[in-house]
Amino acid sequence: MNGSHGAIRGFADIYRTLFALELSGMLQYRAAVVIWLFGLVLQPVVYMVVWLTVAESKGGQVGDFDPGGIAAYFLVMMLVNHVTFTWHMFEMGWRVRSGFYNALLVQPLHPWHRDLLQNLAYKVITLVVLIPATLLLAWHFEPTLHPPLWAALVFLPALVLAFLTRFLFEWAAGLLAFWITDTSGLNNLYMAFMLTFAGRLAPLSLLPETLQTMAAWLPFQWMVAFPVELLMGRLSPDEAIHGIGMQLLWIVIGFGVMQLSWTRASKRYAAVGA
Amino acid sequence: MPALLCQSLSKTYRVPEREPGLWNAARSLFHRQTRDVEAVREVSFEVAPGEVVGFLGPNGAGKTTTLKMMSGLLNPSAGLVRVLDFEPFQRQRDFLRQITLVMGNRNQLVWDLPVADSFDRNRAIYRMGRDEYVQSLGELTELLELEQLLRKPVRNLSLGERMKCEIAVALLHRPQILFLDEPTLGLDVTMQRRIRTFVAEYNQRVGATVLLTSHYMADVEALCERVVVIHHGQLLFDGALADLVQRFSPLKTIVVDLEREGLDLSGYAEMVTINGSRATLLVPKADTAQVTGRLLADLPIVDLTVEEPPIAEVIEQVFNLDPETAA
Repeated sequence: MNGSHGAIRGFADIYRTLFALELSGMLQYRAAVVIWLFGLVLQPVVYMVVWLTVAESKGGQVGDFDPGGIAAYFLVMMLVNHVTFTWHMFEMGWRVRSGFYNALLVQPLHPWHRDLLQNLAYKVITLVVLIPATLLLAWHFEPTLHPPLWAALVFLPALVLAFLTRFLFEWAAGLLAFWITDTSGLNNLYMAFMLTFAGRLAPLSLLPETLQTMAAWLPFQWMVAFPVELLMGRLSPDEAIHGIGMQLLWIVIGFGVMQLSWTRASKRYAAVGA
Repeated sequence: MPALLCQSLSKTYRVPEREPGLWNAARSLFHRQTRDVEAVREVSFEVAPGEVVGFLGPNGAGKTTTLKMMSGLLNPSAGLVRVLDFEPFQRQRDFLRQITLVMGNRNQLVWDLPVADSFDRNRAIYRMGRDEYVQSLGELTELLELEQLLRKPVRNLSLGERMKCEIAVALLHRPQILFLDEPTLGLDVTMQRRIRTFVAEYNQRVGATVLLTSHYMADVEALCERVVVIHHGQLLFDGALADLVQRFSPLKTIVVDLEREGLDLSGYAEMVTINGSRATLLVPKADTAQVTGRLLADLPIVDLTVEEPPIAEVIEQVFNLDPETAA
């Protein structure tokens, strides 16, 4: 009992200390953080404007989305995408090539813990800018958002699960850098899948039937589209339960894939760098 | 139980290869050619707890690859490696808490933050108690004179300052095993000496086992009674530093101070250097007594000493040996 208490205390201390350090590190580069954020805000706003224009040309409606619905979808999407996005797969190649992993691998802490905390630190810092930006956009685009209370409550755990799903899959995908020298092409392919099947380019219900069927078999919609549609009140309680179940299933799969890939990747690791 | 144990340890890398040119680049898309490079070949040695051993070899000899296998970074291709009875590549937490690896691309410090933050991070990662941390940090700060550096951001440190901090942060958790790969590389003479003194003191104080690679023979002479030499991935020598000189240097140096300048010493040795009234002769070991006797009998000598050649020269000679001859 004492042992497990000690272990939990130890982990809590690691998380607290690393999180504080990551926050301090981010504060050193405030301008860069804001510039990154600008890109994250701009992309969904562009999609929103495009779809609003499409709606206008079709008499105010696209599928079952009216202009208020489109504005709400992309604003919630912007928030959900911000909370769930990760960038570690883009760094993995450099870490392998430069020998940066050497220092991490001789320490008694799995490298994904650091990445998780770095990610959370970034999110906390940027929320300070993102929330006012969202309010400003909401004032301008007048979204219609009236979720039932239960959906608003379930949204938070769904958002956390969406983040975990995305983090695990993207971390595991990043491990391809242990096999392939330049992973930028594959990373961009992944991003294309993410844009299409996570509902970032357009709500999934507006996609052709074939793509919707494909989306159902892939993990992406549970990383972004599901929490968005949940908060918009577009899902029934049964669909919400199904969605949470799918998220949990993909988390288990993602964790398994990550662990397996990590074991194989570290066996392959050539530990370059003097 | 030895602290470090390698038995027939080998590592083979598979490296891609192709001829230059566009045609070959296109061809390699379909016929990928690779070559196996044996970086370490059946190396065996042991290190007892508390021992400081110099691990020597020319560039590309396989030193760093061996250190990486011993610290769990690389998976050996064959053979056995045990460190404190752990299999390093399993990277168990209890193993990692007891070792440290200081390498050329030192990157344990957090670049943008004050040095003290890196210490605090390692305190948490290695789960050190507050008292243990304060004591260890205090000792390191005193021994390496870090007081003025702790509040400076890492990016503002000089190379020497950064190196001191890297070593300190790597030893904060008081590891029992130190793998030091060129710890004094790029440092000035004063800083090299300080690091050397520090490693010796740490070894005394903690009873830690140290495996050290360095191209500075002064490091090896100051710290290591025993050396392990590898060359072309194979073990070439394992024994006392003095024995290395005995075995690999067939020559001795005789230095004579003469009463007057201009004497001809060419009949005593093939290699003679004369600087004023001082002459230095390199003679085969077996002839040392006979040549010394003749010199004393024939010439007006003020002083005569017989010396082993400098270690650096012997090592250079060993590194230049053909591997087949050397083995």
